[in-house]
This record gives sequence, C-alpha cells and structure tokens, in this order.
Amino acid sequence: MKTRVIVFPGSNCDHDAMHALKNVIGESDTEFVWHKDETIGRGVDLVILPGGFSYGDYLRTGAIARFSPVMKDVISFANDGGTVIGICNGFQVLCESGLLPGVLIRNEALKFRCKWVNLRSENTDTRFTNSLLPGEVINVPIAHGEGLYMADPETIKDLEENKQIVFRYSTESGELSQEANPNGSINNIAGIINKGGNVLGMMPHPERACEDLLGSADGIKVFRSLARHFEFAKEKQAIV
Amino acid sequence: MHYHVYIATERKEAILDPQGKATHHALDSLGMSQVADVRIGKFIRLAVDADSKENAQSIAEESSRKLLANPIMETFRIVEILEATPKGASH
Repeated sequence: MKTRVIVFPGSNCDHDAMHALKNVIGESDTEFVWHKDETIGRGVDLVILPGGFSYGDYLRTGAIARFSPVMKDVISFANDGGTVIGICNGFQVLCESGLLPGVLIRNEALKFRCKWVNLRSENTDTRFTNSLLPGEVINVPIAHGEGLYMADPETIKDLEENKQIVFRYSTESGELSQEANPNGSINNIAGIINKGGNVLGMMPHPERACEDLLGSADGIKVFRSLARHFEFAKEKQAIV
Repeated sequence: MHYHVYIATERKEAILDPQGKATHHALDSLGMSQVADVRIGKFIRLAVDADSKENAQSIAEESSRKLLANPIMETFRIVEILEATPKGASH
C-alpha cells in the first residue's frame, strides 16, 4: 500500500500516522509529502491528511490548508476515486475542500477535549472498516477544540440514508447517548465517508491507538482494513 | 485607487454558536438582561487596489465567497468601503 502522509505547517500527528503504517503494520512504502509539493506522485494508494493545527487554525480550521499547493493534486486524486483519510484537522481540511459535506465547529462545551472515547462502527462495508464487525465498539483518543460536526438537515438525512456515517460516539457497550458525545456533534457523528466511499473524515485518532502500549490497539483496524482493501484489489487485478 | 473594505461574517441562524451563547450568559450575569441574544462573527478589513468603489466591492465579494466565509455555515456582508492611503505612501 503506497501511502503518502501530507505535512502542513502545524501538522502534529503526521509522525503518529507514519509510525502506525510503517512500523506497526509494516507498510514500508509510506512517505511524507510536504504541503508545498505540487504533486503526491504517481501510483499512490492512500493519502493521509493528519491531525494538528495547520496554519494555526487561522480564519477557520482547515480553511487555509485547503489552498496549499499539494491540495490541488489531493483533490483531483480524490475526485478520481483515490483513497483519502482525513483525521482530526485532516477531517476539517476535507470539509473545507468540499470533499466531504458539512462543517466542524467549536465543541458545544467550548472546551478542548482530550480524552479516550468509544466509537461504534456503523458501516463496516467500506475500505476503511472492513476489518471491523458491524456495531463493534473501538476505543480511540480524541484531541480537538473544533469537532462538533454539523450540516443542514437534508445533508444529515442523506448521510444517514446512504450509510455514510461510519463511526458514532457511543458508550463502551455501544449505546448512543449525550454523555458519550464529547463535542455535541449531530447524531453523535464521529466519522463520515463521501458518496463514492473513497474519502473518510474522522475526528478521533486511530493512528494514536495502534499499540497496547499506548492504551489501545483498536485503531489499527482502520489501517488493516485499508491494507486488506488494496491487497485484495491487486489480487483481483492480477487475476483479470 | 486604494480602498479599505470592511467585511463582517456571521454564522447562519440555524448554526449553533456556542461562543455567542456563553457570552450571552456572561452578559446576563452582569445584569445586562436587555440583551436577548449574542452571535459572534468576524470583522475583516481588506486593503484593495481597484479603479472604482464598485470594483473594490466585487473583489471583496469574490474573496468572501471563495475563502473568507464558508457558505455552509456563514453569511458575509460588506459593511463599509472607504478610500484609503496605500500602505507605505507618504502623507
């Protein structure tokens, strides 16, 4: 799986993503791409927009990063069906770029939330979640001040109907409640995919929960799902 | 000509504004009970070179549409356009 991790000024989870992919699951072809590069290169399978505070969150979170030179190529890669995952600030960049619907605004409680949360897997029929069981609850951390996901009612209805909501904040046993929702997101939304199923945005950090030593290894399932997806796609191509 | 264009961005009514809500509570606790609601937006000043006020306005509008406001959650308004002295020019 050829993976490129985009580094913006202010990214701070780029090395976590690199470590998870390269050292934990052993994907050796994982490299950083500086935001000023105009291309992500050829034959890329996966692009990761990591967490952090790109451009100091100036104007709106993700608003300036979206205009970084490399984003032009990332946007056309995604529009051509390329696989992109945006984590935390990466999710905010995807929303600002129009690759995902809706917006992420200041947490309802106005506090920066840095804690472990439980996520219920809502759609496991995606390239990002095929290693998870339907309804499976995973334990991963969040660290954000602006993670309240919202969109107009029609968009939310669309997301629900098309099964684009991939993760919701839940209790440990998988119940959805207000207490389990750390930021006030509509319908406890923690992660969504686009209609094409090739772009995922999520506020929680799977890349920071890939080893038991770090408190949880649940997050690795997202990256294993992707590795599995591309392995399968390559086998299929070889047969054809 | 050189203009200063002042732009205000505001969240749409349907969008929650936790900052505004918290500020409203604070004003309420100060005894400003006449304040019925608070919404917090941004105030932006652009220094624009344009051959007319109308052009300065349309440049500011385009800037707002493309970047300064996120149309999903915000509206923008050109509040005022003033003729100004370019930065660095002698007075």
